[in-house]
Amino acid sequence: MLTGHWEHFSHEADMGVRGAGASLDQAFEQVALGLTAVVTDPALVTPEKMIRLTCEAPDVELLLVDWLNALIYEMATRKMLFSRFEVRLKGKHLSATAWGEVLDVARHHPAVEVKGATYTALKVAQQADGDWLAQCVVDV
Amino acid sequence: MDIARFERKSEFEWQIKPFGRMQVPGVIFASEALLREMDAKVAEQVTNVAMLPGIVEASFAMPDAHWGYGFPIGGVAAFDPDHGGVVSAGGVGFDISCGVRTLHTGLQLKDIESLKTRLADALYHSIPAGLGSTGAIRLDAAKMDAMLRGGARWAIEQGFGEAADLERIEEGGCMRGADPSQVSEQAKKRQHDEMGTLGSGNHYLEVQQVTEVYAADIAAAYGLKPGDVVVSIHCGSRGLGHQIGTEFLRQMVIAAPGYGIELPDRELACAPIHSPLGQNYLGAMRAGINCALANRQILTYLTRQVFSRLLPQSRLPLLYDVSHNTCKLETHTVDGQPKKLFVHRKGATRAFGPGHPDLPAALREAGQPVLIGGSMGTASYILAGTRASMQRAFGSACHGSGRAMSRHQALRNWNGRHVVDELARRGTLIRSPSSRGVAEEAPGAYKDVSEVVNSAEHAGLARKVARLEPIICIKG
Repeated sequence: MLTGHWEHFSHEADMGVRGAGASLDQAFEQVALGLTAVVTDPALVTPEKMIRLTCEAPDVELLLVDWLNALIYEMATRKMLFSRFEVRLKGKHLSATAWGEVLDVARHHPAVEVKGATYTALKVAQQADGDWLAQCVVDV
Repeated sequence: MDIARFERKSEFEWQIKPFGRMQVPGVIFASEALLREMDAKVAEQVTNVAMLPGIVEASFAMPDAHWGYGFPIGGVAAFDPDHGGVVSAGGVGFDISCGVRTLHTGLQLKDIESLKTRLADALYHSIPAGLGSTGAIRLDAAKMDAMLRGGARWAIEQGFGEAADLERIEEGGCMRGADPSQVSEQAKKRQHDEMGTLGSGNHYLEVQQVTEVYAADIAAAYGLKPGDVVVSIHCGSRGLGHQIGTEFLRQMVIAAPGYGIELPDRELACAPIHSPLGQNYLGAMRAGINCALANRQILTYLTRQVFSRLLPQSRLPLLYDVSHNTCKLETHTVDGQPKKLFVHRKGATRAFGPGHPDLPAALREAGQPVLIGGSMGTASYILAGTRASMQRAFGSACHGSGRAMSRHQALRNWNGRHVVDELARRGTLIRSPSSRGVAEEAPGAYKDVSEVVNSAEHAGLARKVARLEPIICIKG
């Protein structure tokens, strides 16, 4: 299986997160890693505690925003960071498992808090090479 | 950006004539240099806002405008509720009522010189800053609702300040019309341990000194003179506001077609003011404003405690408290007639002119203080609303220096430790839990704040009163 990847793209005030993968599921997993990377290096986050999430939205782009916002909510209320994700998309429905650990300021050196995922530069699409891409700007 | 698309109305006013679905012109207030440096996305976003239903006069952008989401950061737009006007969750943003307040200290620089390091450390120790930091206050459901209804007034009733603070806060410290029942349990949960926290990103608490006074009469009315030490606090409604923004943006994106609204950009999600969703959002957003006002009031209390311990001779009365991300019902004169409008300010400061009835008696003749935050190592400014500013962009002015480059780029250009050391050499002590955060907020990542405030003054948006230089900065 091809491994996916994530990257950040520039937005003047905030930060863009982009995930790419051989499947839509993988693109969603990668963009979630990109979200963690806004805060800290995902390699510093031990995937020791698991949570499950589900989302539902009228279309796949709104579903991406919902997915990232669900993670932002869990990060904020559980004071956790996540570094491993498994996503299953079925139509308008997403179910996911995320693994991570409780934030440790001394070890994770968190750069910034993410306030929310936005509809700016929002795109979920299959590329010419067959890979899937999922991206949007997050407000920090 | 390419400035050829603009019609130059005056040296500091640039207009995009209505085309396509634009209902009103787009107007950017800026010097030619600032306009050229702006991302082309600013013009695109100003144009998109001009397409929204019920917009009045023009879609405005302030001199510090930069690429936002939906609205530009630095965007101002007013909507007429009786002509299909809308309220937009995107037009307020995630950090509802993010703002700045400035406190006097009664001290001069010489009074704190020998205590500077201790003061920086004590403030850093007492002010919860950065991701994951928590406040000492926990609110049960009833107290949470009381806070969301009462704002800074609630905080003062709880002992976090003095009644005299209230008249120095927009809306007297309590936004009317807040409806805590429209704030979700998730939003309240997100706020559970975040009362009295600074947050992260561009939020800060700074000890500053007045280095220059430009308008002696107004400065006197504001109680400012060269050498004075003041404290400025920049933060907002924390997790509660972010969650309200997130939830209503989604609802408005989905509901817009049903209201016959064709969104030029989904981030401009909005609903008619006279719709149940519009009213629900206004109730929740006003509760978010109160959360921000209460939060800044609690941070003020924590700051006063530190000062009274280390500098018992100090007193920290509030100069003023402004909010940047709001939608407020205000009366403005349009075509010679007074009109009640819903004014969105997204990264823009209210700047009411002299004589405005909403200003406290002590400031009414001078005009509203407009508190402009610079970046970490650079100057901040205090401006004043003028009579002319009421006629320009519904009594609005800029809010900060505005980013000149992305966090991404800043991270490539600077190292947090080096930034802290360099600023210490220049006499500014930085305290922050995040070295990477400091790099992303490096002074060079921001526009020249002096150019921004000069443009605001020349454009007639506000008048320069005083310049402040940072001495200590607690950065989230």
